[in-house]
Amino acid sequence: MAPLLTAEDLTYIYSPGTPFEKAAIKDISFSISKGEFIGLIGHTGSGKSTLVQHLNGLLKPSSGRVLLDGEDINASKEASRRARFRVGLVFQYPEYQLFEETVFRDIAFGPKNMGLSENEIKSRVREAAAQVGLDERSLELSPFELSGGQKRRAALAGVFAMRPELLVLDEPMAGLDPVGREEILACIESFRESTGSAILFVTHSMEDAARVSDRLIVLKDGAVLTQGNPREVFSQSAELMKAGLDVPQVTRLFMELASRGIPLSPSVYTVESALEEIIRLKEGGQC
Amino acid sequence: MLKDITLGQFFPGKSAIHRLDPRTKIICVMAFVVSIFVSSSFLGYGISFAFLGVCIKISGISPKTVLKSLKPLIFILIFTGILNMLYTPGRELASFWIFTITAEGIRNAVFMILRIVLLIASTSMLTYTTSPIALTDALERLLSPLKKLKVPVHEFAMMMTIALRFIPTLIEETDKIMSAQKARGADFDSGSLMDRAKALVPILVPLFVSAFRRADELATAMECRLYHGGEGRTRLNTTVMTSLDFRAFVLVGLICLASCLSGRVVSF
Amino acid sequence: MRSIVSAEDISYTYPQDENQASPAALEHVDIKIEKGEFVAVLGHNGSGKSTFAKHLNAILLPSGGAVYIDNMDTRDQSLLLAIRSRCGMVFQNPDNQLVATVVDEDVAFAPENMGLPPEEIRRRVDACLETVGMTEYRDRAPHMLSGGQKQRIAIAGVLAMEPSILVMDEPTAMLDPSGRREVMSAVLKLNREKGITVVLITHHMDEAAMAQRVIVMSRGKVALEGTPKEVFSKVDEIKSLSLLPPQTVELLWRLDKKGYSLPLDRLSVSECADTLEAFLKAKD
Repeated sequence: MAPLLTAEDLTYIYSPGTPFEKAAIKDISFSISKGEFIGLIGHTGSGKSTLVQHLNGLLKPSSGRVLLDGEDINASKEASRRARFRVGLVFQYPEYQLFEETVFRDIAFGPKNMGLSENEIKSRVREAAAQVGLDERSLELSPFELSGGQKRRAALAGVFAMRPELLVLDEPMAGLDPVGREEILACIESFRESTGSAILFVTHSMEDAARVSDRLIVLKDGAVLTQGNPREVFSQSAELMKAGLDVPQVTRLFMELASRGIPLSPSVYTVESALEEIIRLKEGGQC
Repeated sequence: MLKDITLGQFFPGKSAIHRLDPRTKIICVMAFVVSIFVSSSFLGYGISFAFLGVCIKISGISPKTVLKSLKPLIFILIFTGILNMLYTPGRELASFWIFTITAEGIRNAVFMILRIVLLIASTSMLTYTTSPIALTDALERLLSPLKKLKVPVHEFAMMMTIALRFIPTLIEETDKIMSAQKARGADFDSGSLMDRAKALVPILVPLFVSAFRRADELATAMECRLYHGGEGRTRLNTTVMTSLDFRAFVLVGLICLASCLSGRVVSF
Repeated sequence: MRSIVSAEDISYTYPQDENQASPAALEHVDIKIEKGEFVAVLGHNGSGKSTFAKHLNAILLPSGGAVYIDNMDTRDQSLLLAIRSRCGMVFQNPDNQLVATVVDEDVAFAPENMGLPPEEIRRRVDACLETVGMTEYRDRAPHMLSGGQKQRIAIAGVLAMEPSILVMDEPTAMLDPSGRREVMSAVLKLNREKGITVVLITHHMDEAAMAQRVIVMSRGKVALEGTPKEVFSKVDEIKSLSLLPPQTVELLWRLDKKGYSLPLDRLSVSECADTLEAFLKAKD
C-alpha cells in the first residue's frame, strides 16, 4: 500500500547566513501509512517540534520534500492549502489558542475556514465534541469557563472537526495529571476509531509512546536515532538511555535483572508483559 | 519570523563610555541635544560631529552600526530636505513650475538634515552603550525628586522593566498562536483590509488572555518575593558617580558651549 | 512548641463565581511538617493540594482553623513579610516568576525588596546561583534559557530570601524529563545539604518517592499519609484515588495477586531487582 505521507531527507536550517545558523533537523526520512499510530520521541531540542511543522507546510524545508499521497505539499499554493486541512496539527498547550465566544464556535473555526456548509459544520462540531467527551451544554459556554482538562479537550476538538487524515499532536498531555493524561489518550483513540485516521503522537515519554503506538521514531539532535516497532526500539534501551531519554521503570528493572544473569528479555516496556515474562520464567523454573 | 527582531540595541562593552554612570550619559545626551537645537552655525555642527565621532571611536561600536540606525529615517531625511529647500524664501537660484530653489533653502536643508542625523546618532549612542535595565534604573533615580510631587516614578520604572522582560516572551507566544491558528486554516495574508483585521481576532484574544494570566501569576510571584512597592527597596547594582563622570560633564559642557557660541565667532 | 509548618484544622472555600468551575476547597485539614523534613503532597487535579500550598505563605487565608509558620499566624497582616521571607514559594510556570531581563538582577529581586545593602545582595545572589548550579548563566536573559534552567533561577530567586521552608507548587509539571531531573536534584541538594524544609506539591510518583514523607490529598482532605514505602504499598487505595503507583510496585502487586507472596514496598529499580532475583532463584 502506498504511504499516506512520506518525508524525504528533510533538513531545516534556522537563520541561514547569520552567526546563529543552526540545523534544527537534518536528513530526516520516514513514512506514515493510512490509519497507523506512530510515536515520535525525542527530548527538548531534538527537533521534534520543528519536524511536525513541516508535515502540514507551516515550515518549508531548506531541502528535502514532504509528499502527501505522492504529491509535494510545497509544490504550489493550492497543494499547501490542501495539506493544511488533510494534516491536522495540535500544538503544545493547545488550550491557549481558544478565542471564540462559545466552545461551539471555537470548534467550528477550522471547518469554517475549510469553507464547509453550515449543516456540515454543525454535524462536525457535534461529532468532534462527542469524540472528546464534551456535552451539549458545555458547547454553549465560553471556552474560558471550562476547567483545565476540558479546555484542552475543546482545543483538540477544534482540530478533530477538520477530520484530518493524519492527526499530529505535539505533547498533547504535557502538564496534566494522570487522570487528565488518560482522558486525552482516550480522546485520541476515539477519534482514531471513528475516522480511521493516522496519528503521529509526539512525546518525550517513552512510556506513553510505547503503550499506544504501532511504530516508534526516535529523534536525537535533529536526526533519526532509530525507528521500528516498540519491541525493536526497546531492544536498544541502553542506547536510548544514553541519548537522554527516559525509558520506563520496568524496562530499567529488566535491564538490571538481565545484567545480573537472569535470562529475561530486556526489551519489556509494559507492566503486563513484565508480569508474563516473570511468571513464564518462574513456572519454567529456569533459574 | 517575529523572533528575529532584535530589541534594545545594546552592545555590551567595557569602554570608558560604557563605564560612565547611565545618569551621566542621559544628562550628557540631553545637553548635547539642546546644544544641537541652539547652535546655528556649520562650525558648531562641525564641532558636534567631531565630538560624536570621537565618542563612537572610544565606545568601540562600529560606525556602520551607527549609520544603520539612520536607515529607517532616510525617508524623513529626504522629505525634510526637500521641504526646506523649496519653502525657504531668499535669493532665488532656480525656479520651475511653482517651485523656487533659494540659496537659503539649500543651506537650511543641509542644516536640518545634519541636525536630525546628530540627534539620532547621539541618542542611539546612549542605547547602544547602556543596557535597557540600567537606563530604566537611571531614569528612576534621576526622576526620583518627582516622587515628592506624588508622581509614581518607581511604578513606571517597574512597568518598564517588566515590559522589557516580557516582550520576547510575548513575541514568541504570538508566533506560536499564529502557527496554531494557521494549522486550523486561518489565513492572515489575503483578503480585504477588513478581512485581515478580522483575521487578527484569533491571535489577539488568546494573546490578551495569556497576558492577563501571566500578569496575575507574576504579581503573585512578586508578592511572594516580598515586593511591596519602591519604598525601602535597595538595588544590587548601584552606580556611583566617579571622577570619570565629572570629567565627562565638564567635557560635554565645554563642547556644547563651543558649538552654541561658534555662530557668534564666524557667520558660516 | 509548634512544628515549623503547622496547619491546624484548616478549611477553605473559594468565593463562588457562578459559571466558573471552582477549585477544590479544604475541609478540616491537619498537617504538621518538621524542620528539615522533605514532604511530598500528591493528589489529582482538584484534590486541594495547590490550595493547601497557597495557605503556607498567606496567599490564601483559612476560613476556619489556622496556619502557623515558625509560630507566626498567617492571618496576622503585620507578619506577612516575615512569613513570606521564612517560607519561599516556587510556582509551576517558570516564565511567569522571573521579573528582570538579566538572571543576576532577577535573583536579586527579593533581597532588593528586603532593603539589604548592595554587598549583601551580591553575596546572596552569588551563593544562590552557585547552589542551583547556574553561576555561568548569570549574565543571560531569562527568555534564552531552557525550562529547567528558568525554574532553577526561580528557585535561586526564592532562596535569596534565605528561607527555612521552600514550598513548590508543581515545579516540574511544565518541564521535560531532563528539566525535571535538574530541578529535582537541586531540590534534594537544598534539603540534604542546606537543611531546608521542603514541601513539594506534585503529581509525579517518582518525585514523591524521593521524599521522606508523602501526603496524598483527595477532595480537600488528607487521604493517605506515611513514608513513600508505606503509602505506595497501599496499591488498592492509591488506585482508588486515581493515582498510579511506581511500576516496580505495580509489578510486585500483580505477582502478589497471582498468589506469589512478595513484599510490595520496593520503589527503586535496584530494590525491586533484589527481591525478584531472590524470588526467581528460590526453589519452592
